[in-house]
Amino acid sequence: MSTETLAAGLETALPTTLFRFATAGSVDDGKSTLVGRLLHDSKAILADTLDAVARTSADRGFGGEKGGIDLALLTDGLRAEREQGITIDVAYRYFATDRRSFILADCPGHVQYTKNTVTGASTADAVVVLIDARKGVLEQTRRHLSVLQLLRVAHVIVAVNKIDLVDFSEQVFRDIEADVQKVARELGLGSDGVADLLVVPVSALDGDNVVDRSERTPWYTGPALLEVLETLPAADELEAELESFRFPVQLVIRPQGALAPDAVAAGLDVEAYRDYRAYAGQITEGSVKVGDEVSVISPGHEPRTTTVVGIDFAGQSLEEAAAPQSVAIRLADEIDIARGDTIAAAGTVRESTADLYASLAWLSPKPLREGQKVLVKHGTRTVQALVRNVTGKLDLATFNVEPASNLELNDIGHAQLRLSAPLPLENYLHHRRTGAFLVIDPIDGNTLAAGLVKDHPGDHEDERYVI
Amino acid sequence: MSTYTTEESTVEVAAAVDAPSAERLSSLDTLESEAIHIIREVVAEFEKPALLFSGGKDSVVMLHLATKAFWPGKVPFPVLHVDTGHNFPEVIDFRDRTVERLGLKLVVGSVQEFIDRGELAERADGTRNPLQTVPLLDAIQRNKFDAVFGGGRRDEDKARAKERILSLRDEFGQWDPRNQRPELWNLYNGRHTVGQHVRAFPISNWTELDIWRYIERENIELPGLYYAHEREVFARDGMWRAVGEVSQPLPNEDVITKLVRYRTVGDMSCTGAVESDARTVADVVVEVAASTLTERGATRADDRISEAAMEDRKKDGYF
Repeated sequence: MSTETLAAGLETALPTTLFRFATAGSVDDGKSTLVGRLLHDSKAILADTLDAVARTSADRGFGGEKGGIDLALLTDGLRAEREQGITIDVAYRYFATDRRSFILADCPGHVQYTKNTVTGASTADAVVVLIDARKGVLEQTRRHLSVLQLLRVAHVIVAVNKIDLVDFSEQVFRDIEADVQKVARELGLGSDGVADLLVVPVSALDGDNVVDRSERTPWYTGPALLEVLETLPAADELEAELESFRFPVQLVIRPQGALAPDAVAAGLDVEAYRDYRAYAGQITEGSVKVGDEVSVISPGHEPRTTTVVGIDFAGQSLEEAAAPQSVAIRLADEIDIARGDTIAAAGTVRESTADLYASLAWLSPKPLREGQKVLVKHGTRTVQALVRNVTGKLDLATFNVEPASNLELNDIGHAQLRLSAPLPLENYLHHRRTGAFLVIDPIDGNTLAAGLVKDHPGDHEDERYVI
Repeated sequence: MSTYTTEESTVEVAAAVDAPSAERLSSLDTLESEAIHIIREVVAEFEKPALLFSGGKDSVVMLHLATKAFWPGKVPFPVLHVDTGHNFPEVIDFRDRTVERLGLKLVVGSVQEFIDRGELAERADGTRNPLQTVPLLDAIQRNKFDAVFGGGRRDEDKARAKERILSLRDEFGQWDPRNQRPELWNLYNGRHTVGQHVRAFPISNWTELDIWRYIERENIELPGLYYAHEREVFARDGMWRAVGEVSQPLPNEDVITKLVRYRTVGDMSCTGAVESDARTVADVVVEVAASTLTERGATRADDRISEAAMEDRKKDGYF
C-alpha cells in the first residue's frame, strides 16, 4: 500500500471504535492458532516478529516438507512459562481494522479455566469459545458457557474449529450447533434479551471464515468471525439505553487556589475557579445531562437529591455524558460528598444494605471458609465483611447446586456476607458494574474472588440466577 | 431469547452495521477515559504516587492525561526521572521545560552518581539502560513512593502483554509473573504491604499508533528528535546511531549525515534512529501505520540482547 492511499484510508476510517473480546478454549482446540490467524490476517504482525516466528517454525520442522509458519508461535508465552511448563493467565493482544480497534484477552483454557475465563470475560464485549469440530461439545465447553452466562457477557461466539479436518461437513457442524444451542437453552444464555449466541465454522489453520468467508463451506451463509467482531454492538452501547445513570465518586477536585499553571497561562479565570468543586469519576452505567436530578448515596445518610449544574472534562463543558466517560460533575447544592459515594439518577437506587448475597467465583488458592473476615471493594468503596455462610457450590458441568461449606480455587458458589457499612448494591443481572465487587484478603491484599451481587432472598428473584 | 441460527445471524449482523454508531465514543476517547480513571484511582488510594517521566512520548502522553484528570487543579504528584547520563541533551531540556510549565516537582535518580560511587559498574557494551533499575528502586525507597506510574504499553513486548495495569512489586522491585492478581471489571486492587509498591500502567491498552493519533489530536508537544531532522550518524547493529559524547563511531564505522527520526527515545548509547522524512505529527501517524517493524525491534539495542530481554529486566525491578 502506498503512503498516500494509506493516509487517505486513515482519514476516512477515523474515528474507529473500541471492542474488547476474549477467547476461551483449550490448547487442543487450536486457540493459539486462531488468535495467531486473526493477528496475522488483520496485518497486526510486523515483519520482525513474523521473521522470528518463521525461523522458529523452520527450526522445529513445522508443516513437514511443505513448511509454513506456525501461527500459534505468535502467542508464544514468556520464558518463565516455557521453562516451567506453565501458562500464566491472561495475555492481552491488539489489532485493528478500518472499523474497529480490538483488545483481545487471550485466556488459556486447560488450567484454571474458571479464573482465566472470569478475568477475561469481566471486561469483554464478546467471548469466542472454541470447539474442536472432531470432538464437539465437551464438558469444558459447558463450563465455559456457564461462566459466560453467569458473567452476562453480551455476545458469545462459538467457533467450531478444525472444520477442514471433518471435510467441511455441514452435518457435523449442524449437529454441534444444535448441541451448543441445547446447552445455551439449559443455561438460559441469551434469554435476558441482551446476550446473544452465534456459531461459526472455521479453520484457524487455513483461515476459513476467520477474516474472509470461505468457499469451502458453501452451506454456511453467515459472516466470518472478524465480520462478526467488527459489527456487534459493544456492551456499553447496549447498556447505555437500558441502565440508569451511576457514577461512583473517585475523588473531589477542589484546587482551592492551587490551579494548574498551564491552565492559568492559557487564560483560565482564576477568580471564577477559586471555589471550584467537582466530583471526579467514570460513568459506569447510563448517561447524564446538565439539569438532571440526581441522588447522592453515602453511608449513614438518606439519599440526598440535587441537580447537575455542570459536566466538566479538562476545560470543556459538556451538555451530557455517558458510560464509560471519565468526567467531573458539579452539583447545585453544597453536599458533603467523598470518595466512595455514588451519584445516581434520582429515585433509581434502592436502599443501601449491609447484607450481601452473592455468587462468588473463587480465584485464590486460599479457600473461603465460613466465619472468615475479608474486604469487599464495590465501586470506589472498600469495606470489611464477614462471611456468614456458604450456601452452595455450582457444578458447572451439570448446572446443579451442591451443598458446600467452603469454596476452593476455580469454584463458583453462593455466599452470604455481612458488611461493616451499607452499600448501594444492585443485582448483577441488571447492573454489570454496580453489581460487581472484589473480595480481597485483608492480610496480604490479594484478590480472592470475583463477586456478583444477587437479590436478597425474599425479593423477587429471577429463577435463572438461583444457582 | 436471541440465540440465532446461522441463517438468521446474517440478518442480525447486517442490522448491527446500520445501527447508529455516531454516538459511540471513538477508541481514543475510550482509552483516554480508561487511563484517566486509573490515574484517579491510584491518586485516591495511594499515599505517595509519582510518575516516571523521561521526556519520551509515552511518558509525555501520561503526563498530559494526568493534567486532564485533575483539571483545573495541579497534577498532584511529582515526576521521577532516572537519568542515565547518556540522555539526549534536547530531551533533558524538554523535560525541564515541561516540569516548569506544569509547576511540578522533579526527582532525579542518577546512574552517573551510582557509577561514581562505585555502586554500579559500566557495562562492557557501554549501554546504561539496564543500569537504571538500581537508581530507580533507590529513588522509590528514598522518597517512599508507594505507586509509580509508567507509560508501559502491552503491545510493546510479550512480557508487558501479560503484566497487570496495577503491578505489584516486592521489596526488591521484582515482578513475579506467576503470582499476579486477576484484574476484574474496572475494579483495581492496589493493596500492598509495607515495603511493597505498585507500578501503575494506565496506558497499557494503547498501541504505538494510538499514542501518535492522540498526540496529533491533542496537539501535544514532544522533543524534536521524534520528527525527521538531519543528523550525523553511523551504522551499528543494523541501526543508525547518533554521534555524540557517549556514542562514538569505531574506526571502521563511517559517519554520514542522514534525514532521520527516533521512534523511541532512550539512551544515546543504545537507541537507534530510523531513516524518515516524517517532519510533522501527521507524517508520523502515516509512517507508523505503514511501518513493518515493531518500535523496539527497530530501535532498541537493549531489547535485542535476548528474546526474553524485557522479561528479565522486569523481574529485576525494571519499569
